[in-house]
Amino acid sequence: MSKRRPYVRPMGGWWKKNPFFVEYMVHEGTALFVAAYAVTLLVGLVRLGQGEAAWNGWLEAMKSPLSIVFHLVLLVAIAYHAITWFKLFPLTMPPMVVNGKRLEPNVVVGGGWTAAVVVALGLLAVVWRIAQ
Amino acid sequence: MSESQKIIEIEVLRYNPESDKEPHREVYKVPFSDDMSVLQGAQYIKDNFDGSLTFRWSCRMAICGSCGMMINGIPKLSCETFLRDYYPNRISIEAMAHFPIEKDLVVDLSGFIEKLESIQPYIIPREARTLEQGEYIQSPAQFNEYIQFTSCINCTLCYAACPQFGLNPDFIGPAAMALLHRYNMDSRDGGAEQRMQLVTSEEGVFNCSAVGYCSEVCPKHVDPGNAVNINKINAAKDYFLRFLSPKGGSK
Amino acid sequence: MSTMKVRKRSNAPIFWGLFGAGGMLAALFGPMLVFITGIAVPLALLLPADTMSYPKMLAFAQNFIGKAFIFAIIALFMWHAAHRIYHSLHEIGIHAGMFAKLLCYGSALVCTVISAVVLLGLGF
Repeated sequence: MSKRRPYVRPMGGWWKKNPFFVEYMVHEGTALFVAAYAVTLLVGLVRLGQGEAAWNGWLEAMKSPLSIVFHLVLLVAIAYHAITWFKLFPLTMPPMVVNGKRLEPNVVVGGGWTAAVVVALGLLAVVWRIAQ
Repeated sequence: MSESQKIIEIEVLRYNPESDKEPHREVYKVPFSDDMSVLQGAQYIKDNFDGSLTFRWSCRMAICGSCGMMINGIPKLSCETFLRDYYPNRISIEAMAHFPIEKDLVVDLSGFIEKLESIQPYIIPREARTLEQGEYIQSPAQFNEYIQFTSCINCTLCYAACPQFGLNPDFIGPAAMALLHRYNMDSRDGGAEQRMQLVTSEEGVFNCSAVGYCSEVCPKHVDPGNAVNINKINAAKDYFLRFLSPKGGSK
Repeated sequence: MSTMKVRKRSNAPIFWGLFGAGGMLAALFGPMLVFITGIAVPLALLLPADTMSYPKMLAFAQNFIGKAFIFAIIALFMWHAAHRIYHSLHEIGIHAGMFAKLLCYGSALVCTVISAVVLLGLGF
């Protein structure tokens, strides 16, 4: 009879055991804030559909100090999502080849961050233009 | 031994399947010199304190891939990790995470071996050639497509680094995917479609959530995490485009 | 020839695709959108105070491009978040299976449907 009795260690709390995993859980956790923002916008959209008074009520609510603080937190969390999203590109994307040479990981990440900044400023410019 | 002999405490996770219900920790005081690896520390314990301490090793030079273990919780090859870098603190060693412990520092790798087999780790010729037609010609550019993924030594540190493998032992995992990708990327190989069934399956690449620690701990810079993630894109293409051009893949 | 086990195809590409698209949108537009809608406009910083006034927002939501943008942002942000949260639940040991799946992806689906209905209701 076999004397084998392989022991399987439990996985509970695995993510607390290594700073690398803690960071992973933090950037995964930004999803909660992305969802919260999407729901905030959805409420706004529903209010818009209900007419001017409802919409203005939503706009007023967005001016409350609590809302401002909430959005500052959202800003930090979603910015962290953006930073880590592109930071993972060397892992998640096929190698990018330019002139027969593979781009260095930091060039890929830097390119992603640059694109994010350009798009964000572009968005602000478009909104500013429409608002005039 | 001189009086200045340095002594480091090595805490080992011990498990004897014949007598222990579960693993427990034991601490050994090991005299060491600056050129001693963690593996040599384990050997010292086996030679001087407890001959039953069980661990795998072979080459002592980071190429056989046998001596992986968790060293202070981090998957490393014990032959290229040095005691001096931990002294004067205690060092803890444990069998590679996420695998079942067979005994002490030895894990059960049979699941990994089955996965290696399942990816068909050999060239499935793209076109049959006779001897008269001569060898397959491959350009340096084609060679560069896959060479990185040939460096894998099957040490399985990437599995010990992968929480998704720990949570679902059926996940094909980083090293097997790196090797699968190595053959898919070889210009002589035509087996990508056969291998796609595994890639797109429930045991396949979508178990990965891009933690990326596998590539971080790889002692040979294979970047298995990239192989897994590139194949998510391939698998998604296969998923959505199979109706347009049905070929291979799972049903 | 290795033993070719018959394996079940994973439907993950659908959810992974939505997750990826939403993650990309959130990375590119998320921070600035939060700044505009949640900070700049309410505090009248940088942008005119009436940037999000009713007539302007209504016109934006009735414009085809504006409609598509609002829909993509709300729906894909939700699908992105749902996918990550579903996986995180599994990772911290809550293997609620079908229930967790329905809760996460179901919420995303509900938000998607609501935003589509409202946007269509606003007309073109």
